[in-house]
Amino acid sequence: MNKHATTPNPRAEKITGGVATDQRHDSAHKHVNGTAVYIDDMPEPAGTLHGCLGLSAATHATITSMDLSAVRTAPGVIDVLTATDVPGENDISPTGRHDEPVLADGKVQFYGQPIFCVIAETREQARRATRLAKLEYKDLAFVTDIGELDPRKDKLVTPPLTLKRGDAAAAIKAAPRQLKGQMRVGGQEHFYLEGHIAMAVPGEDHDVTIYSSTQHPSEVQHMVSHALGVPSNAITVEIRRMGGGFGGKETQGNQFAALAAIAAKKHHRAVKIRPDRDDDMIATGKRHDFLIEYEVGFDDEGNILGIDFMFAARCGFSSDLSGPVTDRALFHCDNTYFWPAVHAQSAPLYTNTVSNTAFRGFGGPQGMVGAERVIDEVAFAVGKDPLEIRKKNFYGTSDRNITPYHQTVEDNIIQRIVAELEQSSSYARRRREISAFNANSRFIKRGLALTPVKFGISFTATHYNQAGALVHVYTDGSVHLNHGGTEMGQGLYVKVAQVVAEEFQIDLDQVKITATTTGKVPNTSATAASSGSDLNGMAAQNGARQIKDRLTDFAAEKYQVPRDQVLFLPNRVRIGNQEIAFADLVKQAYMARIQLSAAGFYKTPKIHWNRDKGEGRPFYYFAYGASCSEVSVDTLTGEYMVERTDILHETGRSLNRAIDLGQIEGGFIQGMGWLTTEELWWDGNGRLRTHAPSTYKIPLASDRPKIFNVTLADWPETSEPTIHRSKAVGEPPFPLGMSVLHALSDAVASVADHRTCPRLDAPATPERVLMAIERLKNEVKAGA
Amino acid sequence: MAKVSIRNEIRFILNGSDVVLSSMASDATLLDWLRLDRSLRGTKEGCAEGDCGACTVLVGKLSSSGLVYESVNACIRFLGSLDGTHVVTVEHLRGRPGQLHPVQQAMVDFHGSQCGFCTPGFVMSLYGLWMKSSDPSNEAIEKALQGNLCRCTGYEAIMRAARAISSYGKATKDPLAVERKAITARLEAMRDGARVEIGAGKKRLIVPANVDDFAAVLDKEPGATIVAGSTDVGLWVTKHMRDISPAIFIGDLDGLCTIAEDNGVITIGAGVTYTEAFSMLAKRIPTLGPLFDRIGGEQVRNMGTIGGNIANGSPIGDTPPPLIALGARLTLRKGKKRRTIPLETFFIAYGKQDRLSGEFVEAVHVPVPAKGTKFAVHKITKRRDEDITAALGAFFLTLAKDGTVADVRIAYGGMAATPKRASAVEKALLGKPWTEQTVEAAMAEYAKDFTPLTDMRASAEYRALAARNLLLRFFAETSGTRKPIQVSRHEAA
Repeated sequence: MNKHATTPNPRAEKITGGVATDQRHDSAHKHVNGTAVYIDDMPEPAGTLHGCLGLSAATHATITSMDLSAVRTAPGVIDVLTATDVPGENDISPTGRHDEPVLADGKVQFYGQPIFCVIAETREQARRATRLAKLEYKDLAFVTDIGELDPRKDKLVTPPLTLKRGDAAAAIKAAPRQLKGQMRVGGQEHFYLEGHIAMAVPGEDHDVTIYSSTQHPSEVQHMVSHALGVPSNAITVEIRRMGGGFGGKETQGNQFAALAAIAAKKHHRAVKIRPDRDDDMIATGKRHDFLIEYEVGFDDEGNILGIDFMFAARCGFSSDLSGPVTDRALFHCDNTYFWPAVHAQSAPLYTNTVSNTAFRGFGGPQGMVGAERVIDEVAFAVGKDPLEIRKKNFYGTSDRNITPYHQTVEDNIIQRIVAELEQSSSYARRRREISAFNANSRFIKRGLALTPVKFGISFTATHYNQAGALVHVYTDGSVHLNHGGTEMGQGLYVKVAQVVAEEFQIDLDQVKITATTTGKVPNTSATAASSGSDLNGMAAQNGARQIKDRLTDFAAEKYQVPRDQVLFLPNRVRIGNQEIAFADLVKQAYMARIQLSAAGFYKTPKIHWNRDKGEGRPFYYFAYGASCSEVSVDTLTGEYMVERTDILHETGRSLNRAIDLGQIEGGFIQGMGWLTTEELWWDGNGRLRTHAPSTYKIPLASDRPKIFNVTLADWPETSEPTIHRSKAVGEPPFPLGMSVLHALSDAVASVADHRTCPRLDAPATPERVLMAIERLKNEVKAGA
Repeated sequence: MAKVSIRNEIRFILNGSDVVLSSMASDATLLDWLRLDRSLRGTKEGCAEGDCGACTVLVGKLSSSGLVYESVNACIRFLGSLDGTHVVTVEHLRGRPGQLHPVQQAMVDFHGSQCGFCTPGFVMSLYGLWMKSSDPSNEAIEKALQGNLCRCTGYEAIMRAARAISSYGKATKDPLAVERKAITARLEAMRDGARVEIGAGKKRLIVPANVDDFAAVLDKEPGATIVAGSTDVGLWVTKHMRDISPAIFIGDLDGLCTIAEDNGVITIGAGVTYTEAFSMLAKRIPTLGPLFDRIGGEQVRNMGTIGGNIANGSPIGDTPPPLIALGARLTLRKGKKRRTIPLETFFIAYGKQDRLSGEFVEAVHVPVPAKGTKFAVHKITKRRDEDITAALGAFFLTLAKDGTVADVRIAYGGMAATPKRASAVEKALLGKPWTEQTVEAAMAEYAKDFTPLTDMRASAEYRALAARNLLLRFFAETSGTRKPIQVSRHEAA
C-alpha cells in the first residue's frame, strides 16, 4: 500500500510507528516500484556534461609523456582535466596527510590511479574518448603483496599502534606450552549495487551544489572546498539515499565530487560523473587484507597466558583511513577473550595498490579473525573442541575484564549468549552426529563451529562522536526531520523518525524524513562505525525535546496548569483536565509566536582515548553475538555448502526488530562472503583482475545457509543509557560470518582426524579448502 | 529463394505503448534507451555485464507455446533484438487501483529491500517466476534469483517475500495474464515476415527475415557481427566499446530456434536459448540438467544460446565439453552450403575455429546416450552458481560385459586453450577394468593432456588437482551406491 499521511487519530491508545515497533523501511514502497530516486535517476539540468576518469595503466611509474590531443578532439569532448586544472589543493586525503591527489601529477602509484578526467556532452562520449589517450610511463619498482614486505622495517603510510598490558614476552616464555604461526585474511570489495556517482550543479559566486553518493557529506564539502580553493560555505552537499555504502562511500566519493565540482565551475554547466563498474572497482579502495603473525603461550588445559600479535595490512599508496582501520584491528584482537598478558602492534604498509578504506567492521573483523585462529591453534594443540577453549578464555564479568587497551569490559554477556546458542543449535548432539557422518563418508566431510563476537561501539576518533539534527514542526502538526546521518539502506531514517514520533507522541507518518544536506545540519560525522542511530537518534530526540519543552511551557502558561500536568499522549496533549490534538496545540503556539524549530545535538559521554599511551575508553559500549554454522565439504574439489547457521545477536531494546533482523542476516552473509568466495586477485604486473561481478563473487541467494535461524537477543539490560536502550547493529553482525570459516576448517581437519590445525586462510575459496585438505592428507601420509 | 521485403524500423511494445524506431545505433542497449531516451529510471545499471540483475526487465515473445515472458538483462540486450516483442519494465507493474503489485507488496511486507537499488530487478525476476509458477519451491526461487545480486539483505527476507507472493494475488488475474490475448494479437500484427535493416553501409543493423535470409545476408556481409543472445557480444560493447556494426541479430529467427529429437539424436538450432533447451535435455540426458542450472543466471539463460556458446570458441564455454563427450556433431552453413563436422574438430586453437568467412553455426546434433552408458559433467567454480568455469569435466563411458572400458570420451573446459579431450587419460582407461585402481592409474595421465593456466579464477595447481579428482568422483558415482558424490544445495533424490 502506498503511504499517504492520514489524519492522526486523537483517541489512539498508542501511536503508530513509535520506537520498539517493527516498521518497514520508509522507502520500501518506492524501492519496489522503481520510484526511489538515486542520483543517477534525478532529472539532469539542461546541458549537463558527463565525466569519465582516465586511469593509470602502470602500477608504479613516472609519467614521461601524456598526449591527450586525440581525446580533446573526440566527438562531444568539452574538456580534459588534469592535475593542473585543480584550482585549489590537489589533495583529498581525508586525514590531512596530503598523500592523495585528486589527479596524479607526474607519478602514478597504483594501476588504475586517476590521471585525467574527460568532460563530454554524453557519458558514452566521455568513456570512448578516454581510451584515446596516449601515455608513456617509466616504470618504477613496485610491491603489491604484503607477503613480500617486512612489517617491522618497510614503509608505512601512517604511524603504527602498539597495545600492551602486562609482559607478554615473559608470559609466553613462562607458559607450559607455546606456538606461533601466521594467517592471511583477504580484503573485500564493497560491491554496493549503486556505484559511485556525483552530480555538481554550479551556482552564483563560488557556489556549487553537489549530489554525492556519500556516507560523509561534510567531508565531501570540505574536500571540494579545498580542491576549489573556496570556503566551505560555498559548497552544499546533498544525499537522499545511496544504493549501498558499507564504508565504501565514506571517503571514496571525494574524488568524483571534487572533479565534478571543478568541471561544473569551470564550464558553468552541471557535471555528472558515474564511473562504470570496472573503473569503480579498480579506482576505489576496499577492505584491508592482513597478514597476522601470532605467538601464544598457554597451558595444557588451553588457558591462554600470554599473546603477541603483529597485524600487517595492505593499505595501498596512501593513508586514507588506514590509521583508524588498523587501530581497530588491534582493538579487536581480543574479540571476546581475556588476554592475561598481551602485546599487539599494527603495521599499516605502503603498497602499490589502490588505497584501502573503510568497510563494515573497519578492521575489527580482521582483528577478531586473528583471535579466533589462535583459539583454533590452541584447541588443536591440546586436543579439545575449539568451543571449549573459547569458553575457557572468555572475558569475566567482575574480573578478567580488562582489554589490551585498558578499558574495562562492563557489559559482558557473551557467556549467556554462547550458552543459549549452544543449546538452541544443539551443538553437542550435532558434534556427535557429524563425527559419525564423517566416519562413514569417504569424500564428503562435515564441519561445525560456534564463534563469538564482541564489537566496540564508538568512533575511536573521539571527536567524531557527535551529531546534529534539525527538527521543524509546521502549523498543521506535521514534522520535518533532518539529521547528519545518511541512508544507505540500513534503515537509519526510519529509526530516527520513530524516535521523533515517539518523542512528540505522533504517528510516524506525520514525520517527513528529508535528504541529508550540509546546509541543514553542519559539521557532521560520517555515517559509519555503526553509530548512525545512536548519535542521530539522540540528536533528533534532543531537538524534539527542545520544541516539546517550549510547547509544554506555552501550554502550562496559557492553560494555567503546572508543567507536570502537560502530557504528550498519542496524537494529542493532555493539559490539566482537557485534551487537545497535537496539531491544535502547535497552531496555538505558533499564534503565540513560539519557536517551532530546533537544532538538536548529542555527544557520546564517557569516552576518551590516548593513542600514544594505548590507554583509554575508546568505546561507549560493546555489542555481542554468536553464530554456529555447519558445512559440508567435497574433499575432491574443495567445494562446499553451508548446511545450517544459527545466530543469536544482541540488539538491546531494538528500535525496530524488522530492520535489525535485516542487518543481522545481511551482515552475516556479507561476512561469510568475505571469508569464503570473495577473492581479490592481482596479476604479476600489479593489476587487479577481479573488478566486476563476473570475476568477483559475492554470495547469491543460493549461498545462504540451507537452514538459517536468527534470534535477536533484545535483552533490555544494557549498561548505558543509549537511545531507548537500543544497541548498534550495523557492523557487529558482520563477523558472525567467522563461524563458516571455522566450520570449513573443522571439516578440513577431519581428513587428518583433527590432529592438525588446518590453518585455513581466508577467503576460504574451494581452492584454498582443497589445498588445505591436500596439505593435511600429505602430513598424515608423511607421518604414517 | 523468395525475395524478402525489407522494413527500415523495428517495432515492439514497451509496457502499454507501441514503439517504432527507425534510427538507432546497432549497439544501442535497451537499458540506456529506457533510462536516457524514455526516462524510465526504475531499471538500474549495476554492472553492465549481465551479472547483477539490477537491470532486469521482462521480454515477452511469441514462441511455439504462445506468448512467453522471460527475465532478461536490459544492460546487454540490444534494442535491435527486440523486434516483435513486449518489453515490460518495473514501471508497468500494477495492482488494484492505488495498490502495489502482489510481488511488490510481498517485498515491502517482508522487508525484502534495504538500499533498494537491486530491488526493481528482484521484483522483475520474481514476477517472471510467479507467472510461471505460483507456488515455487525454495530451489526454484533460488534458481530464478541466481542472476540477481543483493548486497544488503542476505536474501533471507527476499526469500520470505517470494514464498508469500501468491497470498497477495493470483497470477491468472495479473494484468499481463488478462491482457495476454490482446498483446498476442498486437505482436502477431507486427510480424510481417520482413527483414529489418536500419542504418546504412557499415553502420547497419539487420534482423534477417528467417534462417535462409540470414544465410544470404551473411554471405554478402561476412564481416558482420552475428548477435544471438548477446550475453557475450553485449560485453564487447559495454565493457570494451568495440564496434560491432554491421550487426546481424539472429536471436529469434524462424528456422534457427527449434529443438527436436530424431532417431536418438537431438538437434538444437543455433538460436535455441539455454532455457529453451533445458527441458528436453534435462529429460533426455538427466545428468546435463544440473549443469544448465549453473550456467549464468536465469536472465542469461533466457538470452544466451548453445549455438553462441559453441561459436564464440571460448575455452571456458560450458556446453562444448559435455557435447564433445556425448559425441555431438556441428552443422555449419554458408549460403546454401552446409557441412557437418564432429564438434571437437571445430575448436582449432585459442580464438580460432573451423569456420569459413560468411559461414555460421546452424545447429548442433547431440546423440542421446544409449542405455547402460554412463555420462556425467562436473563444473568447478569459486562460487557455486552464476560463475564462470575454473574447470569443467565431462565423462562418457561404455562398459563391456566383462566390466572393462569399451568406450570412453572425456573432455574438459578451462584446462587448455580450447575445449579439449583428455586423450592420454582415455587411453589409460580404454580396455581396462573399470576399477578404482584403473582410475588411479589414469589420474596420473592428466599431466600429459593438460597444462592449465593460473588466473583470477584458479591456480594451475588447483585446476590440475581438481580436474584429476573429477575422474575419481565420476568413478565413485557410477559404481557402488551410485549416489552423487558432491555437496548439493538440495538433498539427493
